[in-house]
Amino acid sequence: MGATTTKIVAVTGNQAVAEALRQLNPDVMPAYPITPSTGIMESFTKFVSDGKVDTETILVESEHSAMSACIGASAAGGRVATATSAQGLALMWEMLHIASGYRLPILMALVNRALSAPLNIHGDHSDGMGMRDCSWIQLFSENAQEAYDNTIMAYRIAEHKDVRLPIAVNMDGFIISHSIESMTFIPDAEVKKFVGDYIAIDPLLDIDHPKSIGALVLPDYYMEHKRAQHEAMLNAKKVISDVSAEFARLFGRTYDLFESYRLEDAEVVLVALNSAAGTIKDEVDRYREKGVKAGLLKPRVFRPFPYEEVGAALKNAKAVCVMDRADSYGGYGPLFMEIASAVQPHRGPVLFNKVYGLGGRDLMPLDVDQLIDETIEVAKTGKAKMIKEYITVRN
Amino acid sequence: MSTPTQENPLTLKALTHKPVHLTGGHRMCSGCGAPTIVRQVLMAIDEPVVIANATGCLEVSTCLFPYTAWQVPWMHSAFENAAATASGIETMYRSLRKQGKLKKEMKFIAFGGDGGTYDIGFQALSGAMERGHQLLYICYDNGAYMNTGIQRSSATPFGADTTTQPVGSKIQGKTQRRKDLTRIMAAHNVAYAAQASPHNWKDLMTKVRKALATNGPAYMGVVSPCNRGWRSQTNDSILLSRLAVETCYWPLYEVQDGKWTINYDPKDRKKPITEWLKPQGRFKHLFAPGNEALLARFQELVDQDWESLKKLQEMSKS
Repeated sequence: MGATTTKIVAVTGNQAVAEALRQLNPDVMPAYPITPSTGIMESFTKFVSDGKVDTETILVESEHSAMSACIGASAAGGRVATATSAQGLALMWEMLHIASGYRLPILMALVNRALSAPLNIHGDHSDGMGMRDCSWIQLFSENAQEAYDNTIMAYRIAEHKDVRLPIAVNMDGFIISHSIESMTFIPDAEVKKFVGDYIAIDPLLDIDHPKSIGALVLPDYYMEHKRAQHEAMLNAKKVISDVSAEFARLFGRTYDLFESYRLEDAEVVLVALNSAAGTIKDEVDRYREKGVKAGLLKPRVFRPFPYEEVGAALKNAKAVCVMDRADSYGGYGPLFMEIASAVQPHRGPVLFNKVYGLGGRDLMPLDVDQLIDETIEVAKTGKAKMIKEYITVRN
Repeated sequence: MSTPTQENPLTLKALTHKPVHLTGGHRMCSGCGAPTIVRQVLMAIDEPVVIANATGCLEVSTCLFPYTAWQVPWMHSAFENAAATASGIETMYRSLRKQGKLKKEMKFIAFGGDGGTYDIGFQALSGAMERGHQLLYICYDNGAYMNTGIQRSSATPFGADTTTQPVGSKIQGKTQRRKDLTRIMAAHNVAYAAQASPHNWKDLMTKVRKALATNGPAYMGVVSPCNRGWRSQTNDSILLSRLAVETCYWPLYEVQDGKWTINYDPKDRKKPITEWLKPQGRFKHLFAPGNEALLARFQELVDQDWESLKKLQEMSKS
């Protein structure tokens, strides 16, 4: 274990991710400021000004150009990172597909924030869910430590020869990005060794072997490109597990495709992404003390979604409440749809869907208690009163 | 530096020995100005060069999977972002050079049409020029969205018939004057800004060399006849680019270190704009009875621009 030399620090989520980026030392970082991710860029550019990284920044005039520059820089042949939130990600949307379509292992720190309108700068997952179909690997993080660890693992996953896809590390805006937590950093030398040197595949700057990147592809070949992307995404699942296992061996913190919290024998289960999981774990503990077999499933990897594994983990539960911090208006919440797909092959639990915390609205322990109570009731009756409902909302 | 020398003079004899970096067999229309311009640009450069290309005619017609006409590193990513993509490529180059991971020196060029440059790519271009990347952005300007079928752009000339400002009983083509992007680029205080035309290959190629020899970002606007959109003969492209210059619709000039230099001044042989308009079907309606005022207005706009350009040259003389 190399983690013996780590020391406990008190930092914000943004500082934690900026520190990970300093240690990863990307060759190029294009970025554009947007709340609440701006802190990452500010901390990182200070590292640049102090000569602590080799990185060349590109302080672009928009997020569309940020992602375009990421694509150009990554294709040129080196490591690239950027950070954004909400509207910034939305402006990048066109280029997100091109980054993955060109199979470029770009790293994005995505500090989750609500999408406008109405304008709101606080944390929810509507930005991250909006990039669901962009063929980016999506990792979610409960706290600063997880955001840091996911960031340290990101290039190893994205750059793997069986994957070669861009990767986004998510954490909740303000709740995590701006809150100070105690956590540990891995020493620089160990990060450097873990991440390794960048191996460029067909770099544009290999002037002696000219390449054309970005051809027009007509119906005769388009589908083959897209299927290859899907297969790479499927491969990513094993790579994520392998890299996480190596990380656990070296640094002592264990990550999987999702976290199972007291899930083994759970009859009533809550499913949630990111920071809400912290509150839910406390309440699960309280209900366990009362003799209720409660548990939590917290997906870490949203794309590629681990359907088989999640399905197996939930098949013995009686009722599952899937909590979405984003909505697909007129449909179910995006996380609910994944969980329903995962559970569908099994004669599994009764599922229902709660939309919470949009635009940064707090999720309090009492709110979680109400959800657990309702899940107990659904487990008892075998029937959900309403499949989808907004909670903590005015009528 | 890459100014004309004894070793690589800009003579036809010397140029016949230069490798062709954009091969034949691409799918650009016969008579299109763009591939001629690209070949002139690439022939002017002796150093290794990396190209970024905006979505458009040039891009879709030169790299159709699994084929490519490009013999130099070439990258396309989207329509509005050739300048931003080139910024990324050029910055990675600087980063890798700084770290000792890359030895060779290279030059960086971005190509875009007028739609991808004047309109949708304007912000990315402005940003890249302001940031000072070592790159030359070249707009091949055919004055409309030709790739999608001749829709109006902000580079479309006054009065032109396009598929989105078509000539009708009430409206006679484009009602606005065109944006003057070369001057806007000059206003960015870029290291080098110029206008060129493929009929004057020596002027165009000299400008490419000057642009790449400067220490900073450079912009070139090049007039690029499009027989599909201009409704002209395929064998008239060079003639029309020449007339664009001789009528002073498209003056050849350059701006460097705050100094404006007109490279071709017809003096008293300045041709009336009708000589450029007449062979083009997109201006046919301007010659119809009742539209005399529109023709006069076109001439007035050209004269205004030409006179103000001469003033800029005069004022910047030290």
